[in-house]
Amino acid sequence: MNVLKSEASEERGEFSHQSTFIGAIAIADMLKTTLGPLGMDKILQSMSGVDSLTITNDGATILSSLSVDNPAARVLINLSTTQDQEIGDGTTSVVVFAGELLRMAEQLIARGIPVPVIREGYQRASAAALAALTESANANDGSEEAFREELFRIAMTTLSSKILNVDKKFFANMAVDAVLRLGGSTNLANIQIIKKLGKTMEDSFLDEGFILDKQISVGCPVDLKAEDPEHPLRVLVANTSMDADKVKIFGSKAKVSGATELAAIESEERRRMRDKCARIMKHDINCFVNRQLVYNQAEEEFAAKGVMCIEHADFDGIERLSLVLDADILSTFDTPEKARVGTCQRIHEIMIGEDKLIRFAGVPKNQACTIVLRGASKHLLDEAERSLHDALAVLSQTVKDRHTCLGAGSSEMLMSLAVSREADEREDLTQVAMGSFSQALENICFILCENAGLDANTIVAKLHAAHAGGHKTAGIDIVNGCVGDARELGIVEALKSKRQMVMSATEAASQLLKVDNIIRCAPRERQQGQ
Amino acid sequence: MSNNQQSLTMAVDEETGRPVIIIRDQEEKGRITGVQAIKQNIAAAKSVSFILSTSLGPKGADKIIVTPDSEIVISNDGATIMEQMDLEHPIAKLLVDLSKCQDSEIGDGTTGVVVLAGALLDQAESLLDRGIHPIRVADGYDLASQIAVDRVRELSMPMRANCAKDVTPEFKQFLVDAASTALGSKIAQGEKLANVAVDAVLSVADLNRNDADLSLLKVKGKVGGSIEDTSLVDGIVLDKDISHPQMKDVTPDAKLAILTCPFEPPKPKTKYELSISTVEQYRSLAETEQKFFTDMIQRVKDSGANTVICQWGFDDEANSLLMQNDLTAVRWVGGEDIEAVAIATGGRIVSRFEDLTPEKLGTAVEVRQEMYGTTGDHMITIQGKRGYKTVFVRGSNKMVIEEAKRSLHDAMCVVRDLIRAPTLVPGGACAEIAASLRITSVANETDDIEQYALRSFAAALDAIPMALARNSGLQPIEAVAQVKAKQLKELERDPKYKTTLGVDCMARGTNDMAEQRVFETLASKTQQLTLATQVTRMVLKIDDIIGQL
Repeated sequence: MNVLKSEASEERGEFSHQSTFIGAIAIADMLKTTLGPLGMDKILQSMSGVDSLTITNDGATILSSLSVDNPAARVLINLSTTQDQEIGDGTTSVVVFAGELLRMAEQLIARGIPVPVIREGYQRASAAALAALTESANANDGSEEAFREELFRIAMTTLSSKILNVDKKFFANMAVDAVLRLGGSTNLANIQIIKKLGKTMEDSFLDEGFILDKQISVGCPVDLKAEDPEHPLRVLVANTSMDADKVKIFGSKAKVSGATELAAIESEERRRMRDKCARIMKHDINCFVNRQLVYNQAEEEFAAKGVMCIEHADFDGIERLSLVLDADILSTFDTPEKARVGTCQRIHEIMIGEDKLIRFAGVPKNQACTIVLRGASKHLLDEAERSLHDALAVLSQTVKDRHTCLGAGSSEMLMSLAVSREADEREDLTQVAMGSFSQALENICFILCENAGLDANTIVAKLHAAHAGGHKTAGIDIVNGCVGDARELGIVEALKSKRQMVMSATEAASQLLKVDNIIRCAPRERQQGQ
Repeated sequence: MSNNQQSLTMAVDEETGRPVIIIRDQEEKGRITGVQAIKQNIAAAKSVSFILSTSLGPKGADKIIVTPDSEIVISNDGATIMEQMDLEHPIAKLLVDLSKCQDSEIGDGTTGVVVLAGALLDQAESLLDRGIHPIRVADGYDLASQIAVDRVRELSMPMRANCAKDVTPEFKQFLVDAASTALGSKIAQGEKLANVAVDAVLSVADLNRNDADLSLLKVKGKVGGSIEDTSLVDGIVLDKDISHPQMKDVTPDAKLAILTCPFEPPKPKTKYELSISTVEQYRSLAETEQKFFTDMIQRVKDSGANTVICQWGFDDEANSLLMQNDLTAVRWVGGEDIEAVAIATGGRIVSRFEDLTPEKLGTAVEVRQEMYGTTGDHMITIQGKRGYKTVFVRGSNKMVIEEAKRSLHDAMCVVRDLIRAPTLVPGGACAEIAASLRITSVANETDDIEQYALRSFAAALDAIPMALARNSGLQPIEAVAQVKAKQLKELERDPKYKTTLGVDCMARGTNDMAEQRVFETLASKTQQLTLATQVTRMVLKIDDIIGQL
């Protein structure tokens, strides 16, 4: 008896479990090789054309460009996207771990262990793992310098798996500087990343001032310098229409009877614009930056008075500029005494590669900043930007929640052992499920070694032994291919990222395990032309 | 199928031999009649209820549904599954309505009602095979359902004196238990969410009227964190940004002007044309425009407001003026949200700037903008002085959040029902088993054909504990038989014994549901019984299907 529409399909019981496992494990296996400092990259080629290809190591980027049909696979993709939005890093590990959990669950089901028991076991195990992880965390409540060092280490860890690996010290420093400037805000839009082709990665720099990727209007001065540091340049940041200052009253319309009247109104319009420019210049400014276009007439007005005029700075640009210059974004200009006008020491045009940009130097506040990335190819720059963005995201979250934990497989092994100890005390079937959870955690260490081309079996066994012997900071020393001390190696990750990884992966695995039926509705019929 | 199908063109004109057309396009339509029709309908209902039966109970499984728009829904909620499944068969659609009805009336028990209806129809089929007329079956079922409801009422435990004004800790614990039972089947961390649901409903409950207005509760979700991070927020959460990046993120002691007029020059609804032809007119027009803006801001300022919540947009100029005047503003707040803001802050929604007076302002303890994650997403919390609450759901992916939102709704409905009628029955299919036993004993004393229908009803009721036990990994027949035997022993002592024995789904080693603290509401249980019986009667009464078969 079929009650569904003819094109709909249904998978029940074992088939539905199978489809879940196949889908989820396929996704996890695909990402597996990108995990860790020596993980591989993927080339993503878009369906629309051969020209647009992306080379990346970032889990969220890889997954978000896949078009997948399998529901379980899509849940994992959403998991990775969430991790990206919430923390910005660990997007690969969360999927790989969820995949490992499901792989272990598949074996448990084959052994005849009921799904509810597996879910309960995973739930308990996750709680035990998180407890052990939190206990091992470093609160970083010491000095600011020590915290900066820790941030630097996190940045190094995050960047080590990415393309910026080669110059990671350089970039890690850059990322830490940029994030500390934000002063606790997590709004990464305030860190502008400008990509310019040419030169090499090492020529990238973090600008002390602020760089706006725009051009100065024709005829305006291109280099303004404050004569006296006590009297800095005044910059007005605005969002106002400077094409024609239309009267915004609905339905108004000029009705004229002859050319003279038309000319009168036209000149009145021009007068109005001139008036607006005059009002703006009453703020006693040296530079005028507008989000919208500035038309020729206004441009001339400004140029005539020696005021630098910058048009069409987009919304982000304006917001960042107002942050560094300590200026209000203005749209009305009648009350110069109330308005906060931004200040800086020097505004000048600079050349990076072949492009002209505007640099604001000697700014009062450093809440926003600019990173200029240089590199030999567009793909390289794009990947560099993604890596840097991940590092910045994870750092900004760490500034909010200062706890850190150890990387290099150390935390995973620590949790694995904690779970397995807890499992030993259980007398029911959940013991087996918890054992599998512990195994899944250990598998992460295994994958890390494997991707680095090391003898995974031996190293994981040694690592296990080290942890079991009480050496709680033991981790994988990828470079020397042996077990080392993660703390001494300086491989640190944000606690929030690791916690989120364990929680999310458990939640998703448990959610997928619970499903015993997949129903696909008939696709909605699309009318042509839609 | 072709055997069952009869052509509609049975009537033939005797003289010409041409078929008489009764129904438009009748050649293309099929028809099934009599017992065949009922049987086909029963088969359809059974196949739907079979799908849902694995979702029943605390360890029931979920379904993944890929919707026609290729969205993924993961759910354990009967009403949601049925609605998303996009069923085609008319009887299947009837069952969708059945579970929706349970959903809108009670909010919980949407799976159970469909499974029960399926079981009732399954049993009816064998009665039809014995040659009992469908209407007799339906009548017998009605009688049986009455007996069942009576027995369930006997089991009920009133939790609180009807007019008690306060919430005792015991009563609250019962509420949490019932909410946990409702949530248990749906999400892993049921206990924590049950507390959130109970706190939420109690915060808006009016104990004098014994009611809780759930429209004062909003459920909002945001990906990130874990289900355990779900919390009850004082006030309203808006998924909006403050309109100007430089306005204050936190405004304590906010006075809110709640506006449904845009910060723009007025646009009368009547079409008009404003013609200017001289320079003077042009100038005065420009001045008027300026005045509009300054007037608006001045009026807001004069009223004493420091925060503006507006349903419409602002002109850039107005936005800048607001910022310069130290007013925090939120724009494009939707109709439903703006009403919520008005209720929570006790303000009035003002649709003209002229009408803005100090007494129409809303007051809030705090208006705060917070940022989530790394993508610069903002949420605004308005902590009002009245009992308006928001349950803020977190989770690792959007499917989890959607399911948690649905489950929370169910749990909150359960809690509200208990505040309305504070009567619980033991869970774990205790009520079904007790009702089944009572019906069997009545059947033994019935001397007409209804006896068979009563027996079948009792057998159908057993389907629920069976499904529960099966889903929980127990041996269904064994587990149900054990509970039955124990209940019968109690009945020997006292035929009206208030039993609390049910199926031990969580494998806690006891069948006593009072000890396990698994409770359901009486309203939900009786509603399930009556609704399922009604639908069964409806299906049994259909003896003719005409349509595209």
